[in-house]
Amino acid sequence: MSRAAVPARAWPLSRAAVHLVLILYTALCLGPVLLVVVNSFKSRAAIFGAPLSLPGPATFDLIGYKTVLGQGAFLHYLANSLIVTVGSLAAVLLFGAMAAFALSEYRFPGNRLLGLFLSLGIMVPIRLGTVAILNMMVAAHLVNTHLALILIYTAQGLPIAVFILSEFMQGVSKDLKDAGRIDGLSEYTIFFRLVLPLVRPAVATVAVFTMIPIWNDLWFPLIVAPGEATKTVTLGAQVFIGQFVTNWNAVLAALTLAVLPVLLLYLLFSRQLIRGITAGAVK
Amino acid sequence: MDQIEKLASDAPLLPAARGTASPARARRWHVAVFLAPALLVYTALMIVPLADTLRLSLFRGVEHVPAFVGLDNFRVLLTDPRWSEHFWAALRHNFYFFAFHILLQNPVGIALAALLSLPRLRGQAFYRTAFFLPTMLSFVIVGFTWKLILSPLWGVAPTLLGSIGLRGWFHPWLGQESTALTTLALISVWQYVGIPMMLIYAAMLAIPHELIEAAELDGITGFAQFRRIKLPLIWPTIGICSILTFVGNFNAFDLIYTVSGANAGPNFATDILGTFLFRTFFGNQLQLGDPNMGATIATMMFLIILAGVSAYLFGIQARMRRYAL
Repeated sequence: MSRAAVPARAWPLSRAAVHLVLILYTALCLGPVLLVVVNSFKSRAAIFGAPLSLPGPATFDLIGYKTVLGQGAFLHYLANSLIVTVGSLAAVLLFGAMAAFALSEYRFPGNRLLGLFLSLGIMVPIRLGTVAILNMMVAAHLVNTHLALILIYTAQGLPIAVFILSEFMQGVSKDLKDAGRIDGLSEYTIFFRLVLPLVRPAVATVAVFTMIPIWNDLWFPLIVAPGEATKTVTLGAQVFIGQFVTNWNAVLAALTLAVLPVLLLYLLFSRQLIRGITAGAVK
Repeated sequence: MDQIEKLASDAPLLPAARGTASPARARRWHVAVFLAPALLVYTALMIVPLADTLRLSLFRGVEHVPAFVGLDNFRVLLTDPRWSEHFWAALRHNFYFFAFHILLQNPVGIALAALLSLPRLRGQAFYRTAFFLPTMLSFVIVGFTWKLILSPLWGVAPTLLGSIGLRGWFHPWLGQESTALTTLALISVWQYVGIPMMLIYAAMLAIPHELIEAAELDGITGFAQFRRIKLPLIWPTIGICSILTFVGNFNAFDLIYTVSGANAGPNFATDILGTFLFRTFFGNQLQLGDPNMGATIATMMFLIILAGVSAYLFGIQARMRRYAL
């Protein structure tokens, strides 16, 4: 009795210490991002004069955004990123779910081997094949096309998608699928109508995991699609900021515009993402 | 052993199909249709290029005609001073970069996860979201943001240090040869602490309540409880985090390219294998691009990653004690 009471009484103080540590670390995580966002709305004098204060009526200035949106084709880059990300995501989810279903549902010779073959891509980064990928894209006349990036990112995303989705598909009730078969449903209908809706949460998790590295990637856009027409927002920001090193308003505005889409997506899906990580690790 | 596996794989998975041979045969087409798109894209853009890169490392372009040179490219890379100096330096930097992550990123991640998984902690979801945010951002954003903050021009870092009376400590860390790589490693740790934190947090949540309650009844609480009950249970997760970090670090490029450029300045002080590969493959102001030497470096990276992953799988994971929960 008394033994249990001691730690309980010690709690309020240690709890406060825990919160202090957590709040300090939160400041470390959010501070740099907030600093950029806040200063992007200020005049040049205020950026240097008082970098740590919020923009007031005297210091509020949108000149940076005017420069960025006027000169850099930022909206165009954003559209490119959207096309590439959505295109690869759709392919990864559809093809990945199909392959995961085949691997978890049917037993056929070489099943285990195929699973291993696919999971090779989890450990070996696709970047190491860049030299040959570029040769291939040049030969196929796909350099500076969205399709080149979509194909590469699909190959990059598939291994982990198949791995996670087949884990979840093994959990779908056998009785349900067998009931479908007895009712004469084709294997395709069973997959699309019965199984896919049931693993929707897992699909959403895989979607977030797949999307972020694609949106943020610099390597492949730089190598395979550096042209103005196909530049993604990550590469665009990189090039743009490089050109405007001395125009701090424009640099800060460009950074804020590049953060915004990711931030929005993250806040929308963070619950899904965290639930996915938690569920995945528990398995 | 093979026989048994073959028998097992031949057996139809569904009891319903066991009696009739024809549906089992017909079903094979679906399997092929389901597997084909993924296998095709994956093989064509991942496996074939990887294999082709290994092949290219055995050739050298002599007046635009590829000539087979065996392992000579590797000899050049490892011993010819024009290449080997950069290669060994990049490898050394890469190990330094990795050591920083292992010694800092994982412990901080574990500590944050341990605090977050305390029972009845208020604001858990908020902290979790905040801690994971930097991981979501692209290297370009992270790199430039820190470059601005640490810039002597802007003066945010000196002002902040000044507010705690340490203004004299400030140096242009990213611009000095002696501190640039460490600064970049710290930025990368800042960005990626979220991953070990989240995985370990999940592993800690999976520890059954009864176990914790039993420990509390025995008077094991606080740090002792963490060290003696929770830590042994999360070692496998820490192992996974370490190997993920290893693969990520030996494949890193974006952050250094963004902050220090393709030449990994100042004076190659931040050059790692990723930037070395990029520079070799594409060339820069100092040298022409060389796809074959690029492929040779990529092959070396492949071998290093393979060695690391195998060492983990066969050396560490196999010996790790797992507790059934």
